[in-house]
Amino acid sequence: MQNLKKWKELEDAGNILDKGNNEENDVSGWRSFRPIHIREKCIDCMICWSVCPDNAVISGDGKFIKFDYTKCKGCLICLNECPVNAIRSEKEK
Amino acid sequence: MIKRVITGNEAVAYAMKQIDPEVVAAYPITPQTQIIEKYAEYYAKGEVSGELIDVESEHSAMSAVVGAAGAGVRAMTATSSQGLALMLEIVYIAAAMRLPILMPVVNRALSGPINIHCDHSDTMMAANSGWLQFYSENNQDVYDNCFIALKVAERVNLPVMVCQDGFITSHSIEDISLYKDNVIKKFIGEYKPKYNLLKKEITMGPFDMFDYYFEHKRKQAQAMFDSVKVIESTFKEFSLISGRRYDFFEEYKLKDAEKVIVMIGSTYGSARDVVDSLRNNGELVGILGIRVFRPFNFKLLKKKLEKIRNIAVMERYDPLSGFGGILFNEIRSSLSRNDIVEYIYGLGGRDVDDSQILKVFKEMNNGKELIRYVGVRE
Ligand code: SF4
Ligand code: SF4
Repeated sequence: MQNLKKWKELEDAGNILDKGNNEENDVSGWRSFRPIHIREKCIDCMICWSVCPDNAVISGDGKFIKFDYTKCKGCLICLNECPVNAIRSEKEK
Repeated sequence: MIKRVITGNEAVAYAMKQIDPEVVAAYPITPQTQIIEKYAEYYAKGEVSGELIDVESEHSAMSAVVGAAGAGVRAMTATSSQGLALMLEIVYIAAAMRLPILMPVVNRALSGPINIHCDHSDTMMAANSGWLQFYSENNQDVYDNCFIALKVAERVNLPVMVCQDGFITSHSIEDISLYKDNVIKKFIGEYKPKYNLLKKEITMGPFDMFDYYFEHKRKQAQAMFDSVKVIESTFKEFSLISGRRYDFFEEYKLKDAEKVIVMIGSTYGSARDVVDSLRNNGELVGILGIRVFRPFNFKLLKKKLEKIRNIAVMERYDPLSGFGGILFNEIRSSLSRNDIVEYIYGLGGRDVDDSQILKVFKEMNNGKELIRYVGVRE
């Protein structure tokens, strides 16, 4: 626990002043299910990219590239929203 | 100053009108008091500039006020007894979120049995919720406490309850002096929130794991410790506009007293008469009333009471603890004494007459029982 802040260094009430700071955290351990992309079915509509609450879908050139599994917490919103079932899930071991 | 003859409820509603918060959210029917009824009248006549939001429960009232305070404005609600019980979940959250909400509370008994009259069981339930608590002896007190409490709350970023005794002061007419609007405006000043959800994208009230919950609680606790100094200086500033020098505790003939009763609320007024009549017979008695219960200024309390031979605490709620109530325990531990006795009195609006206070003065140094009752049919 060396990098954790002391109480006097904290914001009141635990308020978080910067945006998107969950990028610093590895949340892979939260996952019960892992989303898996099926390239053959994907139409690159990027709906998964826009609905993912943790920016865990990496895109490039307007196309789906990959999941960032350190940021993905396994909520499977992407799987639910994909219009062509191009995302399936696997139970984490 | 303007002299008026009004009830405690009207005094609070008038204070709210003068504070003119941007948002008041309140549950409009019982256990709500005439505070909101009167404030709604001001609102309907266009005499206040803020929003008045009627909500479906006290849980929602406190939630709406938390939202408004998070958005950086002055926000208030008012409640009593079961209403406070229903909102309690959010009451704790408001304190942990460090939102300086002012909430007048009219002290009335908690169910059951169902009852609508005065005792302190409601706010004592919230005594450890992280809110500052100011109590009032009379109508002038509750009016003045509103302004002092608001200013303190906004300086330390903690919410505050301003309490008065249900029916005894809330519905009783007394003459009080009201301050001019501009005097109040100047005293409370402009509210500058430390955090504001609308100014910058920030997150309020996030989740904590075992790695940060303790540190955030520690920081919250420090605000309560630090508030003692702020209250001292705010009392001083208030005396400049009011001519009344308040303190954490009100004392009456304490200096040379041998027997002292400690109490909260309106009973303090009647107890003064009893002290006078006993002193006429040469008995050295005195009383100490609690104005600020949270934070509990244990150092000052010790200074005031350490030389007193016999002390009784009169507590207007039953802690049902197998021991004494919160006030009793704070007094005992501040003084490190185990010879202080507790009298539980006045539950559910039971009339408190002079004979009960006399009895406490007469009997406090007799007998071995620590926890006693007065005013109940034995
Ligand atoms: S499972 Fe949730 S967190 Fe992971 S990529 Fe899909 S939407 Fe994002
Ligand atoms: S929502 Fe489905 S189809 Fe659209 S980009 Fe994501 S995986 Fe591909």
